[in-house]
Amino acid sequence: MTSPTTPARRAPSQPRGQRRRHPWYRPWLYLAPALVVYGGFLLFPLVRSAQFSLFAWDGLGASEFVGLAHYADLVADPDLRAAFGHALVLIGFFALVPLVLGLITAAVLRRGRVRGLSLFRTVVFVPQVIAMVVVAVAWRQIYAPDGPLNAVLDAVGLDALTRAWLGDYTWTLPAVGVVGTWVQTGLVTVLLLAGMSRVPNELYEAARLDGANAVREFFAITLPSVRGEVAVALTLTIVAALKTFDLVYVTTSGGPGNSTTVPAYEVFQRAFRTGEVGSAAAIAVTLTALVFAINLVVNRIGGREGHR
Amino acid sequence: MKSRRRGLLAATTVTLATTLALAACAPGTGTGDETASPGATDAEVSTDLAALGEVTLTVWDQETRGGQDEQMAQLNAAFEEAYPNISINRNSQSFDDLETTLRGALTGNDAPDVVQANNSRGTMGAFVSAGLLRDLEPYAEAYGWADRFSEDVLAVSRYSPDGVTFGSGSLYGLPQVGEVVGVFYSRSALEPIATEDELRSADWETFTGMLADAADAGLTPVQLGNIEGWPAGHVFGPIQAQHVPAEDIRALATGNEGASWTSEGNMAAAAELIEWSEAGYFNEGPNGTDYDAAWSAFAEGDGVFLIGGSWLAADLEAAMGDDVGFVVPTTADGTAATTGGTGLPFAVTEQSPNADAAAGYIDFITSDEAMEVLAETGNMPVNRTAELAPESGVNADIYAAFGAVSEEGELLPYLDWATPTMGDTLGATLQDLIGGQADPEQAMSTLEEDYSAFVSEG
Repeated sequence: MTSPTTPARRAPSQPRGQRRRHPWYRPWLYLAPALVVYGGFLLFPLVRSAQFSLFAWDGLGASEFVGLAHYADLVADPDLRAAFGHALVLIGFFALVPLVLGLITAAVLRRGRVRGLSLFRTVVFVPQVIAMVVVAVAWRQIYAPDGPLNAVLDAVGLDALTRAWLGDYTWTLPAVGVVGTWVQTGLVTVLLLAGMSRVPNELYEAARLDGANAVREFFAITLPSVRGEVAVALTLTIVAALKTFDLVYVTTSGGPGNSTTVPAYEVFQRAFRTGEVGSAAAIAVTLTALVFAINLVVNRIGGREGHR
Repeated sequence: MKSRRRGLLAATTVTLATTLALAACAPGTGTGDETASPGATDAEVSTDLAALGEVTLTVWDQETRGGQDEQMAQLNAAFEEAYPNISINRNSQSFDDLETTLRGALTGNDAPDVVQANNSRGTMGAFVSAGLLRDLEPYAEAYGWADRFSEDVLAVSRYSPDGVTFGSGSLYGLPQVGEVVGVFYSRSALEPIATEDELRSADWETFTGMLADAADAGLTPVQLGNIEGWPAGHVFGPIQAQHVPAEDIRALATGNEGASWTSEGNMAAAAELIEWSEAGYFNEGPNGTDYDAAWSAFAEGDGVFLIGGSWLAADLEAAMGDDVGFVVPTTADGTAATTGGTGLPFAVTEQSPNADAAAGYIDFITSDEAMEVLAETGNMPVNRTAELAPESGVNADIYAAFGAVSEEGELLPYLDWATPTMGDTLGATLQDLIGGQADPEQAMSTLEEDYSAFVSEG
C-alpha cells in the first residue's frame, strides 16, 4: 500500500552525535499522541467488542457468558447468512464494476490526451467527496416510483421496465449496488489515471513500433504497470462495500423484507435498537476479520510486484 | 518477512491474552446489580413542589414537530412560572434519535430526570426490567391519576416490576396525547364512488367494497408508502381487528402469553392484506414508496383513502383543507375496533435525584388544564377529548373517533410493541405479504416464531 514517507532523521540543526543522549522513551513521546488516540478509540473498542461478542447482553442489565454461541448463530441464522451474502454481491458493484469501468476510462483518457482532463477528473471524483447520506437521499429520490429514473424510462418508451426500484425483491439490491458503482468509479479512475501517467512514453512507442494496437498496448503495458494501483483501488472499494451502512440505512432500511440487509446494518440494528449487543459485536468482529482476510488476499495477489 | 510474521504472531497473542483477561469482567455488571432492588418505592413522596428548593430538571422529549414543540414550550414555561424554584433543561430529539440514544443515556452516570420512553417491550419494558425507571404508583396515588386517566390508557404504561408482564402491574409513565389509526378520505375523490354518509356509516365489508369500486374506476384506492416497513402495520392493524378477537390482539401486541399468530383469524387477516395488494388496492409499488411521499400524494389528490394515524391530521389538513375527513369503519357487529394508543409516555428515571419534582412535572403537563393547551396547539389530548374537540375539520372527526374507540370500542395496541425485535420482524413480514413473497402461513409463522421465542424466554 502507500509507502511511508522517509523519516526526517537529518534535521540540519541536530548533529548525529547528540542522538545518544536522548532517553530511550523519546521516540515514544513522539508517537504517544497518535498511539493514545489509536489505542483508545480503535484498539480498545475492538478488544471490548470481541469481549462483548461472548456475552448475551441487552445493553442495559446484567449479561450472561455464552461463549461462541453468537458466532454459531452467524452460521445457523439464514437471515444473517443472507446479510453477508448481500455484502458479497455489493463487492461486485462497489469494487469489480468500478475497476473495469475505471480501467477503460483511464486508458482512454490516457491515450486520447483529452482536453480539460483535470475538469473531467474533478467531475468523476465528485461522488467521493459528497457525504454518503446525501448521495443516498438523492438516489432514493431518483429511484422513487414517480422519480426521475422511471420518468426517463417512460419517456423513451421503456415503460415496461418501470418499477418501484427500492421495493422490488429482485431489483433493489442491484439498485443499491449501482449507487456504489457511481460513487466508487471516480475514485478508481483517478487512482488508475495517476498510475498510468507514470508509465514512460518510451514503452508505448516501443510497443507501437512492434505493431501493437491499442488493446494489446493496454494488456501488455498499461495493465501490468498499474498493478499496484489496482490493488489499492480494490482494497479501498472492497472495504467500502463490506462496511456499507449509511447507504442501506437511508435507502431501504434493509427492505423490502430482508432482501438488502448487510452486516453493518445488522450491527447497528442489534446494538442500538433491539438490545442484542453480544450478537451485534459478533457480527462486527466477523466483519472485521472478513475485511482483513479479503484485503490480505488482494494485496498478496496484486501488491507484491506493484511496488516500484 | 519472517520477522514481520513473528510480529504478527506476537500481536495476535497479546490481543488474545487481553481478550481472555477482559472476558473475566462481564459487560453491564455495573447496572445489573440494581435489578434486584428496583427503587426505594416505599419512601415518602412529596407533592409540594414549591418546598423542594432549587431544582433543575433535565427532560428528554421527542416533541419536535410544529404543534408538539409548541405545546411543550408553553407547558414548560407555565410550569417554571408556577414553580420558580424549578427550572427545566429541555433536550428534544426526533423519535428515532431518542429511541437509539436513550439506552446509553439511562445507563450512563448522568441520566436525565424525565424521559419519553416508548411503551414497547424493546424500550420501556427493557428499561423496567433493568431497573432504570421509577415505579410511579406512589405518585399515581398521591396525585389521583387513576381518576384522570382511563384504565385502558394507563394499562399500556404498566409493567410488572420485573418487566415480564406488560399491560398490568405498576405504572411507569403518563402520556399527553392520544393516537388512533383510521381511514383518511378525500371528499372530492370519494364522490364518484360513494356518498360521504355511506362511508361514515360503513362497516368493514362496505368499506372494502368501496376499495374495489375505486380500483374499478381506475383510481388509487389506498395510498401506502411502506419503504420503511412499519407503515403497513397501521394498515394491517385495522384489518386484523376485523378477524381476530381483541383480547388475542392485546396479548400478541404486548408480548404476553396466551395467543398465537398462526390462529385462523390472523391467517385470514394476512390473506386479506395479500388480496388488497393483488387486487390493486394500493398505489404502484408501495414497498418502494416513502411514507411521507405517500401522504403527500394523497394530499395532492392521488388516492381516495389513506390508512394512517391521527398524527397525520395537521399536515393533511394544512394541505387539503376541507377536503379531508377521517373515519373508523366498524366491525360487522358495530364496534369500532382499530389500532391506536397514546403518545410516548413520560417516565421518571431511577437515577434521578429529583423524583418528586419530576413526578410533579409529569402531573403538570398531563393535567386537565394542560389538555386545553394540547388541543389549542393542534394535538389530540388523551383526556377530555370529546369535550375539547374542535367544531369542524378533520380533527373533529378524529377526536370523535378516538372517543368512540377508546370508550365504547376496542383501542388495540401497536403490534410492534410485542418484543424487542417485533418492529423489524413485522415490517419485513408485511413487506413480504404485500410484495407477494410469502403466503399467510409462512408470514404468520415468522411472526409466531418471534412472539413465542420472546414469551417462552420471558
